[in-house]
Amino acid sequence: MNRIYVLILGMMLVTYLPRLIPLVIMGNKSIPVKVEEFLSYIPYAALGALIVPGFLSAIPEHLMSSLLGILVALILGYYKGGVVFPVVGAVVASMLVINIGL
Amino acid sequence: MRDGFKDGFPIIMGFIPIAMAFGILCKTAEISLLESLGFSMIVFAGASQFIAVNLLIAGAGIGEIIFTTLLVNFRHFLFAASLSPKMTKDMKNTVPLIAFGLTDEIFSVASLKTKDLSKEYMITLESCAYFALAIGTAMGFILGGILPASVQLSMGIALYALFVAILVPEMKKSVKVVVLLVLSGMTNTICLYLFNIPQGWSIIIAIILVSVLGLFIKIDERELCNE
Repeated sequence: MNRIYVLILGMMLVTYLPRLIPLVIMGNKSIPVKVEEFLSYIPYAALGALIVPGFLSAIPEHLMSSLLGILVALILGYYKGGVVFPVVGAVVASMLVINIGL
Repeated sequence: MRDGFKDGFPIIMGFIPIAMAFGILCKTAEISLLESLGFSMIVFAGASQFIAVNLLIAGAGIGEIIFTTLLVNFRHFLFAASLSPKMTKDMKNTVPLIAFGLTDEIFSVASLKTKDLSKEYMITLESCAYFALAIGTAMGFILGGILPASVQLSMGIALYALFVAILVPEMKKSVKVVVLLVLSGMTNTICLYLFNIPQGWSIIIAIILVSVLGLFIKIDERELCNE
């Protein structure tokens, strides 16, 4: 078998199992309030770490373009809301910055 | 189900450019169209697909890439655990299917939803993301070469813009959310650059540390509501 397919299958396993195991183990068992509170902060902590510092190299070797793209996403997210405007706006802004050559 | 489409549509719009960026990356890495689709449709991992193909370009071995993926996806243990209290009882039989679709983006949307999650909602939401990623990957692979370089490059920002867009409404509602976000971004950056901890681990350290801190940080949110 082609080595890329071996990679795909291996990656599938290590991607799927971490998503599956907690759901199977925890099921609908009730958990202590403090633990539930801890779990409720995970989305924010995760998103913070997923964005920073990764976004700085979102567009390799174009720091200004990445910075302005995220700024536009923030502004459009704040004033327009939704996901479509911020995402499309960020891509367009980044593209303009690359074209200007900053 | 209708709710799933309502929240799914923005995910589609966000995923298409991300998926196209992935398709373009695959073409650059000289991976075939079918293999690129394999990543998107069999692995369905989002961010770690990019890491994997970048490692492939850098000449990393298969074992090394799979191990890195495991490390990067370790956070999904925490995601799934954090989501499970919100899941309804009727999900038992569909858990294997729902678990397959729990990408960062699906997790973010689902976990920030105030209502309990039904299986119809989850499956609709995940199907939107799944087909958007598959179709976008093919589009990126096929059309990628035609698009100007600046357009191809700028799609890299889409993934982060999507995360930001998901977060902004939450940041408006609560100062504590902003504090937690800043803290975890800082922790992750410090772990990565000051202590040279590999990315998979630094994200996990940031998530656990900041979520624990969350238990102790008390912020009076009333002031914000009065504005």
